[in-house]
Amino acid sequence: MKYPFPVGESDFIQGDEAIARAAILAGCRFYAGYPITPASEIFEAMALYMPLVDGVSIQIEDEIGSLAAVIGASWAGAKAMTATSGPGFSLMMENLGYAIMTETPLVLVDVQRSGPSTGQPTLAAQGDVMQAIWGTHGDHSIIVLTPATVQEAFDMTIRAFNLAEKYRTPVVLLTDGEVGHMRERVNIPDPDEIELVYRKLPRNEDEAKYPFRDWDSDGIPPMPVFGKGYHAYVTGLTHDERGRPKTVEAEIHEKLINRIIGKIEKNKDDIIEYETFGLEDAEVAIVSYGIVARSAIRAVKILRKEGIKAGLLKLNVVWPFDFEMIEDIAEQVGKIYVPEMNLGQVYHLVKEGANGKAEVELIPKIGGEIHTPDDIVRAVR
Amino acid sequence: MYLKSSYDIRDKYLRKDMLPTIFCPGCGIGAVLQYTLRAIDELGWSKDEVVWVSGIGCSARVPGFVDFDGLHTTHGRALAFATGIKMANPDLKVIAFMGDGDAAAIGGNHFIHAIRRNLDVTVILINNFTYGMTGGQVAPTALKGLKGTTAPYGNFENPFDIANLAVAAGANYVARWSVFNYLQGINSIKKALQKKGFSLVEFLSQCPISFGRRNKMKTGAELIRWYQKITVPISKAKNMSPEELEGKIVIGEFVDRDRPSLDEEYERYKRRAKEIMGWKE
Ligand SMILES: Cc1ncc(C[n+]2csc(CCOP(=O)(O)OP(=O)(O)O)c2C)c(N)n1
Ligand code: SF4
Repeated sequence: MKYPFPVGESDFIQGDEAIARAAILAGCRFYAGYPITPASEIFEAMALYMPLVDGVSIQIEDEIGSLAAVIGASWAGAKAMTATSGPGFSLMMENLGYAIMTETPLVLVDVQRSGPSTGQPTLAAQGDVMQAIWGTHGDHSIIVLTPATVQEAFDMTIRAFNLAEKYRTPVVLLTDGEVGHMRERVNIPDPDEIELVYRKLPRNEDEAKYPFRDWDSDGIPPMPVFGKGYHAYVTGLTHDERGRPKTVEAEIHEKLINRIIGKIEKNKDDIIEYETFGLEDAEVAIVSYGIVARSAIRAVKILRKEGIKAGLLKLNVVWPFDFEMIEDIAEQVGKIYVPEMNLGQVYHLVKEGANGKAEVELIPKIGGEIHTPDDIVRAVR
Repeated sequence: MYLKSSYDIRDKYLRKDMLPTIFCPGCGIGAVLQYTLRAIDELGWSKDEVVWVSGIGCSARVPGFVDFDGLHTTHGRALAFATGIKMANPDLKVIAFMGDGDAAAIGGNHFIHAIRRNLDVTVILINNFTYGMTGGQVAPTALKGLKGTTAPYGNFENPFDIANLAVAAGANYVARWSVFNYLQGINSIKKALQKKGFSLVEFLSQCPISFGRRNKMKTGAELIRWYQKITVPISKAKNMSPEELEGKIVIGEFVDRDRPSLDEEYERYKRRAKEIMGWKE
């Protein structure tokens, strides 16, 4: 296979560009989108590359339609992706719920900008965390990844596709305008060295007839692809294991929703990924994610030089959330700081995790600027 | 045309475990479904190559009852989902079954843009002048003066003429019939299914329960008689004045042409991209 960009070597590229290239290497062959700052460069890169690799890149009339088309493409058998930013992300919420309910693998990139509303289009923020986790209506779970560097944006895009295929679920890559627009050196591996995951397909006629049954007791039913003679019926209504609408039966709804949530929550260990810096002997902890984690690493170094035993937990996945790990950290340290480019979103999760075992303090920052290491040092000091 | 018995059509194409349907007695949706299945049957299409897509509403429940691949999506978005299905696998034949509220109100934007792109899909549209499923609110197709629960004193807005809208937006094939015109209806669906690019067959369909009751037409039969009264064949309408056409609905074939479809255009676009980039096939 020939690629329209260098593979097996490094390149100096933007975060948005890295996401597009990684998607293509992950096997994505359908992209639908609607332009929005600061996510448009993902679309523009996809528009450039997709026709060359026999994939589709198409500009839909709005974000509602973009995610709809991506879901359709996924049921037609393609790995598919869309990317947007705040206002577009809000428009996608109904169909994101549909994708969760119908267990459709896909990747949705949200390059966060500052809001609410059109807010600060060209500036970064971390204001969509709650929306990514809880934005759609009803009870559900989802996977949300948060890259801090352009390399991570690349690596996590591939991981997002793999998790989507493995767990038959939408995955949100929650990045921000800073990572999206920043240029950094990225190692683009040889395609042969990239491990790719593909969705489970029905292995026999019975499995094809029950596309929502937990055949392997792992919560993940094999997914029939359209056009292969399975005659699968897919609906966002509460459905039984055959996919037939069952809209008033409490037990069926409960079983379906608990399985959809369970397949993610029970596999937390496989999904959750984090890094720590100096947390082993820390007396104060910083919990951070995305672009802000880079300032937090520096802050830990400065604090340590000043004799304050600080440590960092950098979350690469903000959902599912490891509440127990936070409680363990809370038992070890006296205080946890959560620097965020918002007025407190992951802060609430950390506070719940800490369970009163440690004081949790938010270090908020809004307006489009990233915390400097000093902002964090001053708050901790 | 030789008409097979309805039982044959039912046994061949419906999902027995899904019956009975949710449709009220006297509803026209079942008839239009039957026309569509007869058209598929006459064309001899395999059930494996057709995907049905729909949004939300009574009409949108149809894919649940037919034994094909089907995607019952969100309200108004069927054609956006269909865009992904068709473009990801152009070998699939896609039928979208839509209500008038679904297609022309919440889904109006997807509707005109799918037509503009000439997406290769056949839309079967149930126009019952109302939102059946949610209990009889006015639809964007409702003629002035018709009653709905959200316009209890009679509709004060101008209606959409969906067929003409589709012609203007660039559809390859557009026809409109009432459920009463079953032979023309089946023939039109056959033509529409065979057409590359966007095709639309709109049916004036009776909804006695949510619509008729509120407009002094309590039964399906009364509604069909009303449709007979207010419809005018397109050939006759050509010689009628705007005054004479006031309150009438034109039926017939509106357009039949062969502009290239979206998937065909995209194939060409891919080749152009490779040429420009110097990639040899
Ligand atoms: C986003 C959203 N808004 C509103 C609804 C409620 N709703 C369900 S069906 C429907 C209207 C259906 O009317 P129409 O498309 O004309 O189909 P019919 O039931 O008449 O066949 C509405 C408004 C919904 N399901 N989703
Ligand atoms: S409410 Fe109207 S459109 Fe819906 S099934 Fe009943 S008669 Fe048909």
